[in-house]
Amino acid sequence: MTQQLIFLILGISLVTMIPRWIPVWIVDRFTPSSWVKDWLDNVPYAALGAMIFPGILSVQKGQPFIGLIGGIVAVGIAYFRLHILFVIPGAILTVLLLKNFL
Amino acid sequence: MELKKHSFKTGVLAAIPIAVGYIPVAVTFGVIAQQSGVALIHSVLMSGLVFAGASQFMAINMIIAGTGALEIILASFILNFRMFVMSISLQDKFRSVPIFHRVMLSSGITDETFAVASLREEKSDPFFYSGLFLTAYLSWVTGTILGGVMSNAIPATISESMSISLYAMFIGLLIPAVRRSWKLCLVALFGMGLNTIFSSFFSSGWAIVLATLGGGLLGIPFTRRTS
Repeated sequence: MTQQLIFLILGISLVTMIPRWIPVWIVDRFTPSSWVKDWLDNVPYAALGAMIFPGILSVQKGQPFIGLIGGIVAVGIAYFRLHILFVIPGAILTVLLLKNFL
Repeated sequence: MELKKHSFKTGVLAAIPIAVGYIPVAVTFGVIAQQSGVALIHSVLMSGLVFAGASQFMAINMIIAGTGALEIILASFILNFRMFVMSISLQDKFRSVPIFHRVMLSSGITDETFAVASLREEKSDPFFYSGLFLTAYLSWVTGTILGGVMSNAIPATISESMSISLYAMFIGLLIPAVRRSWKLCLVALFGMGLNTIFSSFFSSGWAIVLATLGGGLLGIPFTRRTS
């Protein structure tokens, strides 16, 4: 398990570092077309969306609304420009309350 | 020599706002990794070798879900491929720098360091960029260590509810961007919708990968630059 985890980390490291490194050699020869650039710009937001939903529904087994409400509270806190350090405890507190008082 | 020192210091100072943002997030990463059963040594190794916040949280999330290594690596590649574009646009500033130093500097590219570096006037001043990237990097790694150490002090009732924290983290990253532009909100919604569909056909890792690529693609007509 431990060894597998180290290989996994090395793998993630390589696929993150190589795209950072390659432009050192190719920058004079290649520029991605504008629609590829637009696509790459969109990727982080599509990824965040995909990582949030529907996974958030499985925070508490069999009670999808707990994760959903926790998420809505997080959106609310983040929307009022509070730092991520308030967003995370706010969501945790919501889940804690819902689990214990419902 | 004095001039180099001065440039380095200017870089360190320019990184302070980044460090202020990184440390709490890195602490959170350290805590969540520890709570998920990933040992401190591994979370620190990850922060040191990957140095890309969102993908590290995603990897932990997928490890908990029991996702296969190949899927996690592929998802990280797709999520981080944007750094390729950032690196291309920064190379112009590294032009006069020896190649090895250029590779080291390029390793420090993240959303935040890129934003600060690309807005700077300093052309081809490797010492400035070294100070900037190194400070950001060290704050990220130090924060991870702090988080891992602190996580033992967190009571069990709270840690049982911490499975939401990854999602809160992603929401906290997404909302500021969505506030800037509703189009980015649309892209995120495409990602969510596609993932909901793909989840019933594929394992969670591949569903996320496909939803990310597809959501980004569907968003192009809306986010297209008008230049």
